[in-house]
Amino acid sequence: MTAMGARLQTPRAFLDRHQSLSILLGAIAVTLILPVVVLLPPFSGFGTQKDFVFGFADAGVYVLLALGLNVVVGFAGLLDLGYAAFFAIGAYTYAYGASNFTGLFVPFWIMLPVGAFVAAIFGLLLGAPTLRLRGDYLAIVTLGFGEIVPVVFLNAETYTNGTNGITGIAQPSWYGIFGVNGFGFTNPWPYFISIVAIIAIVMMLLYRLQDSRLGRAWVAIREDELAAASMGINTVTTKLLAFSIGASTAGLAGVFFSAKLSSVTPDQFGFTVSFTALAMVVLGGMGNIWGVTAGAFIIYEIQSQGLKQLQGFIDSLGIPAFTLGPITIDLASINFLNYQYLLYGLALVLMMLLRPEGLFPSRRRVRELHEATPDDDAIVTPADDI
Amino acid sequence: MTTAAAAEPQAARAPITLGRWGTPIGLAIALVVGYLLMVIGAGAQGQEQFINALTIGGIYALIALGYTMVYGIIELINFAHGDVFMVGSFVSWWLLTTMGFSGPINDPVVLTVVLVIAFVVSMGVMGVVGVVIERLAYRPLRNAPRLAPLITAIGVSFILQNIIFVGISNSIVPSPQIIPNPLLTIGPIEIRLINLFVIVLAVALMVALHLFISRTSLGRAMRSTAIDREAAQIMGVNINWTIAMTFFIGSALAGAAGVVQGLYFGVTVFNIGFQAGLKAFTAAVLGGIGNTTGAAIGGFVIGFIEVLAAVYGYGRWSEAAVFSTLVLVLIFRPTGILGQQLADRA
Repeated sequence: MTAMGARLQTPRAFLDRHQSLSILLGAIAVTLILPVVVLLPPFSGFGTQKDFVFGFADAGVYVLLALGLNVVVGFAGLLDLGYAAFFAIGAYTYAYGASNFTGLFVPFWIMLPVGAFVAAIFGLLLGAPTLRLRGDYLAIVTLGFGEIVPVVFLNAETYTNGTNGITGIAQPSWYGIFGVNGFGFTNPWPYFISIVAIIAIVMMLLYRLQDSRLGRAWVAIREDELAAASMGINTVTTKLLAFSIGASTAGLAGVFFSAKLSSVTPDQFGFTVSFTALAMVVLGGMGNIWGVTAGAFIIYEIQSQGLKQLQGFIDSLGIPAFTLGPITIDLASINFLNYQYLLYGLALVLMMLLRPEGLFPSRRRVRELHEATPDDDAIVTPADDI
Repeated sequence: MTTAAAAEPQAARAPITLGRWGTPIGLAIALVVGYLLMVIGAGAQGQEQFINALTIGGIYALIALGYTMVYGIIELINFAHGDVFMVGSFVSWWLLTTMGFSGPINDPVVLTVVLVIAFVVSMGVMGVVGVVIERLAYRPLRNAPRLAPLITAIGVSFILQNIIFVGISNSIVPSPQIIPNPLLTIGPIEIRLINLFVIVLAVALMVALHLFISRTSLGRAMRSTAIDREAAQIMGVNINWTIAMTFFIGSALAGAAGVVQGLYFGVTVFNIGFQAGLKAFTAAVLGGIGNTTGAAIGGFVIGFIEVLAAVYGYGRWSEAAVFSTLVLVLIFRPTGILGQQLADRA
């Protein structure tokens, strides 16, 4: 009775302790609530429910990317600027495994782990020589890697079909469960439900990793690599694991992405993808699984829906062009979508200056980022005076 | 910096093992090898390609100097540096088109005056931009975890790119090539005026920088700040001013490279800074980061790698070649070809 009473009194504590259950409940809630919310104004005016649900499935890809990048950047404190490369590798893996290009048609559900595995292997291959270097060198090497991978997919035409990419990639299938065979192009629901399920599983695994010996080792390395090494942590292996686990999540996202789009081309995996994922992690709160998930979803929706609606809203107001001294401002002529990356850039800088722990911070990260080390008490970090 | 940049006291300072003449001799050998490779690959056009490589290398070297100076003094990879170069090319584009030039200026006096204006204004503006970036985005994070300024730098890079993207143009902009293009014959060498100009300018700026860092009191302040910031502060060096000036000089050099970009290639675009910055960073690492001489040499090496890749028919792979070089250098000789100035605990 008392145990039950305690649970009932603090459901929050209960859910904190049973993260897998909370994730499951969260996933169910998202599946049930989001499609209903978009039927209500003002969202109902922005598009049909079907369009929204398709959009949620696309957002799910970015949520996966952000979750994976969060392992590298948030947990282990390594800056990976070429994360889109692993996304590309996952996408091309599925393209090879299930299209006319190779003639193979391996089921989607088998290719999911295969894509993750291949991406993880590439993570190891890139990480093994470079993770010995200090963090900022790693950032630049990953940046270079992120540039090379699309170039390889573009130039190795014999194997990748160059600019045109690989098309006619097989659809996923549920093999008759819920009456759905092939997912098709018109029905968004199987994609939406699948990606929510994939995200939920990834989140559960990541939560378990975060609280494991490995997760604690990541935090130790992030906060002080030298101290971690002297406590007996093999820093190279630990960082390598963060790198390849992060890569494998991007691989999952890549498989889903190419299956949903049914084609892959090299230009889909440029630096802007890596940058967007980084912005999602930073804004969501580095190291916080729930925060990053929410951050990625919100940013994706702002980018895909918000700016477009803002554009439509401003256009509908029909404000005439006005003149401020030498500058003429014509709001109707502004394409807000162009400002997307400018806003991300500003958001990254402002977040790091004012709220480095993100919008939804993890408690540990707050402590770490706001803790003054004894010898720099002369330096006031912006957050200290809060 | 040329003589030192070991930020951590325990970091070993590599002695210069090649001796006083080691670097010039090595350079001479490298140039001969580069020339032979060009001639083997391009035949009759070998010399032209050789000069082309030197010119492109000069541009990379100018950008690389800013990277290496900033890294040497505050150990930050200033990702926005490539974009400072890009904005510099737009400042020069704006100046030259507003002054009404669109093609070669044949009057040498007018040409000189216009060039001086373009370089002074572009370098000045970019220097100030560099200082402002440092003040607003990096200084508040000087004692934050290392990840924080890196992320800020990426943010600044995107801000600069997208200001140009939304404010000026989202596609390639033709920039006036005001230097006439006669083929000069100097002894056995045939060289176009623009190439000669770029190479001479790049070398002159490097020499000036070298003299500045090794001979002036501000240069000495920079070197001492790079070695040990706190000790320098105790000795009366104004750290904030010194770091700001480092940004000013580095960004001004990138601004000069931006002007050269417009003059030599005749085009600029909002996203050139990204690739150029990566290559210049590779150059800086190649030369041993924190080492200005190394960065200059590294810039030329990158120029050669890129042109050689094109000469041997792998032009589309030149970027991949450059980044592979970066990865290989970092794996096998993270201290760079000249021996490092900034020891790394690997």
